[in-house]
Amino acid sequence: MTSLLNPVVLRITLRATLGRKRALVFTLIPLVLLLITVALKVVAKSPVWPAEFLGVFGFSVVLPLTALIIGTSVLGAEIDDGSIIHLLATPVSRLSVVISKFVAAAALTIAFGAIPEYLAAGIAKGFGDRLSVGLLVGALVAAVAYNALFVMLSVLTTRAIAVGLIYLLVWEGLLGNLIGGVRVLSIGQYSVSVANSIARTSALNAHLTSSTAIIMAIVVTVVTLGIAARRLSRFALKGEAV
Amino acid sequence: MSAIELSNVSRWYGNVVAVNDVSMTIGPGITGLLGPNGAGKTTLLNLMAGFLAPSRGELTVGGRPSWRNPEVFTVLGLVPERDSVYAFLTGFDFVRSSAKLHRLPDPEAAARRAIGIMDMADAQDRRIATYSKGMRQRIKVAAALVHDPRVLLLDEPFNGMDPRQRLQMMDLLEEMAEQGRTILFSSHILEEVERMSGTIQVIVGGRLAASGDFRAIRRLMTSRPHVFLVRTSADRALGAALIGRPAVTGVELTPRGLQVRTSDFGAFSREVAGLCRDGDIRLREVLPSDESLESVFSYLVTS
Repeated sequence: MTSLLNPVVLRITLRATLGRKRALVFTLIPLVLLLITVALKVVAKSPVWPAEFLGVFGFSVVLPLTALIIGTSVLGAEIDDGSIIHLLATPVSRLSVVISKFVAAAALTIAFGAIPEYLAAGIAKGFGDRLSVGLLVGALVAAVAYNALFVMLSVLTTRAIAVGLIYLLVWEGLLGNLIGGVRVLSIGQYSVSVANSIARTSALNAHLTSSTAIIMAIVVTVVTLGIAARRLSRFALKGEAV
Repeated sequence: MSAIELSNVSRWYGNVVAVNDVSMTIGPGITGLLGPNGAGKTTLLNLMAGFLAPSRGELTVGGRPSWRNPEVFTVLGLVPERDSVYAFLTGFDFVRSSAKLHRLPDPEAAARRAIGIMDMADAQDRRIATYSKGMRQRIKVAAALVHDPRVLLLDEPFNGMDPRQRLQMMDLLEEMAEQGRTILFSSHILEEVERMSGTIQVIVGGRLAASGDFRAIRRLMTSRPHVFLVRTSADRALGAALIGRPAVTGVELTPRGLQVRTSDFGAFSREVAGLCRDGDIRLREVLPSDESLESVFSYLVTS
């Protein structure tokens, strides 16, 4: 019985992703986040700045962008340069390849997105504070659901980063603030609503109940990964004209 | 039971037919899949590897369809054309990863064996990023061989190789074929199949144009009509003299010179100098003008 998580795929994916040039971007983001947090702690006057900066800006910009870079890199980059064929020309199931890469992406996003978010919150309000714990748990949800979506996008299109940005900016950012129904299909809302169920502050722009958020996050994760696995089994070598 | 069996296989993308009603049986030994670029060779390899489904027809590997069946890779090895490998890994790491992905009980030993077969032991601890193109090719083959597959597919394996490397690779493939394996490689370069034994399948425009023993195909290719462009001081006079010769099947006056069609390249080349001397014609240049693969292949299609 082959397990869904393949340690060889996981290891290669982690090494490949961390070795790419774009790794510089997602390793610098948390540094910038922490630096701004420290600066704000000194100069900020409003008491809700941690929730606003880390909760709103962090959850609608920093976390999704980190997940976008990582999520489109773990599989998309290998499809682009053709190195994915070395995984596909083996008896490993496509689902296992997708799941293993997704786990790598989620782990990296937790390391470079969720943990720094928690560290920043700790600096801002203390590590045991309701907001800090809430932001950590919400960030974990974000790391999982966003990466599932972006891994799927990178199998479906070569322009996954562009499509991902449109999703974040137009769907979640613009429409999510204008149309109530869109929020049920917004990963940003799932993560911030889970965070708010612990933090309980109106400064977080949360609109769903925690049970809705968690169920939808699970549904989105399972469905997108399933689509990714199905589509990957139709991957073909790029030869000449055909 | 033959290793790879295609039965009226077609594959199309919208209006483009990439593979058109191809039936072939590929068994133990070496088979060369020959054809110009765009003929459908890579599509056929994709179909055999199970990466694409036939739009029509049936394709089996070892008796079972390979479509959506990654388990086929327990008996199948694939060497892709593209240079892309995990360049940050050492050669040994790369082949050993392949062994682990194939669930081999002793991945390290299998990797060493495969690397030894491909004569890459000296470089195995260097990162692939430092390898030359030929070395990358060899490490790719090692990774495809690591699980001792009964069937090996290679997509343009000689690309970028110099003649000596080509010879070595061909010898290796012949050796593996002698062990009872089924080896299929694709190529668009005629010279690559010159030294091989076994079957050649010629693909042109998605169709199976010719199929047979390498000697028969080679005979066809050398006895095809040749076209030459001859430039002299008196093209018309030479043309008149040439058309009377049995080896010459056609003569045409063009602005660039005299275009001569001949079915016997040897006889023509012996006679043309003599005819010029007899007619007091200065012979400036004799150029073969249809050495393109397409002309060879299209000849094979019609013959």
